[in-house]
Amino acid sequence: MKTPLITTENYLKLTQFYQTYAAVVDQANWTAWLDMFVEDCVYKVQARENYDRNLPMAALSLTSKGMLKDRIYGITETIFHDPYHQLHMVSSPLILSESDQGVIESQANYTVFRTKNDGIAEIYNVGRYLDRLRITDDGIQIESRLCIFDNEMILNSLIYPI
Amino acid sequence: MSQENRIPMTPIWNHEDTSRIPFWAYTNEDIHKQELEKFFYKNHWCYVGLEAEIPQPGDFKLTVIGERSVIMVRHEDNSIYVVENVCAHRGMRFCREKHGNTKSFTCPYHQWNYDLEGNLQGVPFRRGVKQDGKVKGGMSKDFKTSDHGLTKLLVAERGGVVFASFDHDVESFESFLGPTMLSYFDRMFNGRKLTLLGYNKQRIPGNWKLMQENIKDPYHPGLLHTWFVTFGLWRADNRSELKMDEHFRHAAMISTRGSGGKDSQTTNVSSFKESMQLNDPSFLDVEVEPWWDGPTAVMMTLFPSVILQQQVNSVSTRHIQPNGHGSFDFVWTHFGYEDDTPEMTERRLRQANLFGPAGFVSADDGEVIEFSQQGFEQKPFHRSLAELGGKDIEETDHMVSETLIRGMYAYWRKVMGV
Ligand code: FES
Ligand SMILES: [Fe+2]
Repeated sequence: MKTPLITTENYLKLTQFYQTYAAVVDQANWTAWLDMFVEDCVYKVQARENYDRNLPMAALSLTSKGMLKDRIYGITETIFHDPYHQLHMVSSPLILSESDQGVIESQANYTVFRTKNDGIAEIYNVGRYLDRLRITDDGIQIESRLCIFDNEMILNSLIYPI
Repeated sequence: MSQENRIPMTPIWNHEDTSRIPFWAYTNEDIHKQELEKFFYKNHWCYVGLEAEIPQPGDFKLTVIGERSVIMVRHEDNSIYVVENVCAHRGMRFCREKHGNTKSFTCPYHQWNYDLEGNLQGVPFRRGVKQDGKVKGGMSKDFKTSDHGLTKLLVAERGGVVFASFDHDVESFESFLGPTMLSYFDRMFNGRKLTLLGYNKQRIPGNWKLMQENIKDPYHPGLLHTWFVTFGLWRADNRSELKMDEHFRHAAMISTRGSGGKDSQTTNVSSFKESMQLNDPSFLDVEVEPWWDGPTAVMMTLFPSVILQQQVNSVSTRHIQPNGHGSFDFVWTHFGYEDDTPEMTERRLRQANLFGPAGFVSADDGEVIEFSQQGFEQKPFHRSLAELGGKDIEETDHMVSETLIRGMYAYWRKVMGV
């Protein structure tokens, strides 16, 4: 694999971006979450089995910012579920490619812990983000984020974005 | 109920009909073991998968009937076999891959080898070893490979869907379904080849019957699934029917979305949100398909193992895989049809956002099942109530009834002898 040309500055920006994303979803700050995506974006949460076998089905498959907004409406207004907190641990990003047009393809591993009202934290979802990101003057935005998770048996339900 | 009646808690159905369901039906481990025997391993056909999952000779898929691991495999001659994943030697669950392609099955422990039908082909050191001119060890003289195959299941295929039974005396699949259910089955699986879109899997900490009940319960969708109502997918005045087989074990909830004016009644809960619009309406970009022949949604419960879903353009099988009395795995297999355009495939995938463990109108089903089980466990001497639409069991032309649940428990009581 050809090592992409990475500037220290971009790598720091990227690292900051990954950690910001984690903080935003942990705080359930959905307005900030939406702002991290470009209009014409893709966000999927997909079992590794489907991804590895080239099967298109995903637990969540959102292909526009409108859909992301509708998802937020769903989780805040319509879906009944047990209250819970999320805590994300996100690894340092690995840059896969970097284009002259300011598009970075990168990935990072994540672990999400879920804590319900009984106060017991459990490992809820583990996987990797597979991303296509755009560096603009306003910072980094997501063109595409695939959350490919290893634990294909979801612990009952998956409500919030990861 | 007095304290004395609680302990010991004996499983007796102390109500004349099935409009009351005792909580012990969900909490008693011994009852659960009996259910596995009486429903999953005897007298019933259980879902194992789609033919489209194993298109080539030698393709196999690991799956489950009740709590027993089985392998569905396509033979050289294209027929499908289902064998139990337990080695005939020392009982090892030998197949470890979820799917793959193979010429035969070999158990790694002592290399016993089986053909794709489950016949034992070879046993290492069957005739012992030669040492100092003498044969030492080996199998007994009367050992016959033909006596030691894998457990073979009876297989039924229809319309690209595969069912199997441990019980070789089970009635035919067609009579198991009965004419009414069969007609709805054939509507969905009308001979066109299916294409596999992929899986969703969730572990739900509740008794497996709760999932059958959930899809026999038209009372809840317009009330629990606010999303349905908010975006106009569920209306209490939609044309609908509830149907069953003659034993009341299987059922179909059939509904047809009407045009529905603003003045017609939805449900009282969410009408204030009636003006809600989706930011991206493509979630509900529905295209009427000719095979529907009217109904926009048909939800079939085939007892005990599977739910067949048509919700507008989203079609899937939902496989119930119990693990103990208080938990089951729920495996969704989404598919399409060979003649689907790329746009139709996209549409099915987009609408799948409504279903599965993260779905707008399914995530909440898993949640309420978990919390129902919690209620049962804390109060096992109590019972639930299913009296909407009266106490009788009958087909209806409306959705305001729990008759399908009463029907299922009438059948359950008969088979369980309680
Ligand atoms: S246990 Fe399978 S070969 Fe011995
Ligand atoms: Fe439901």
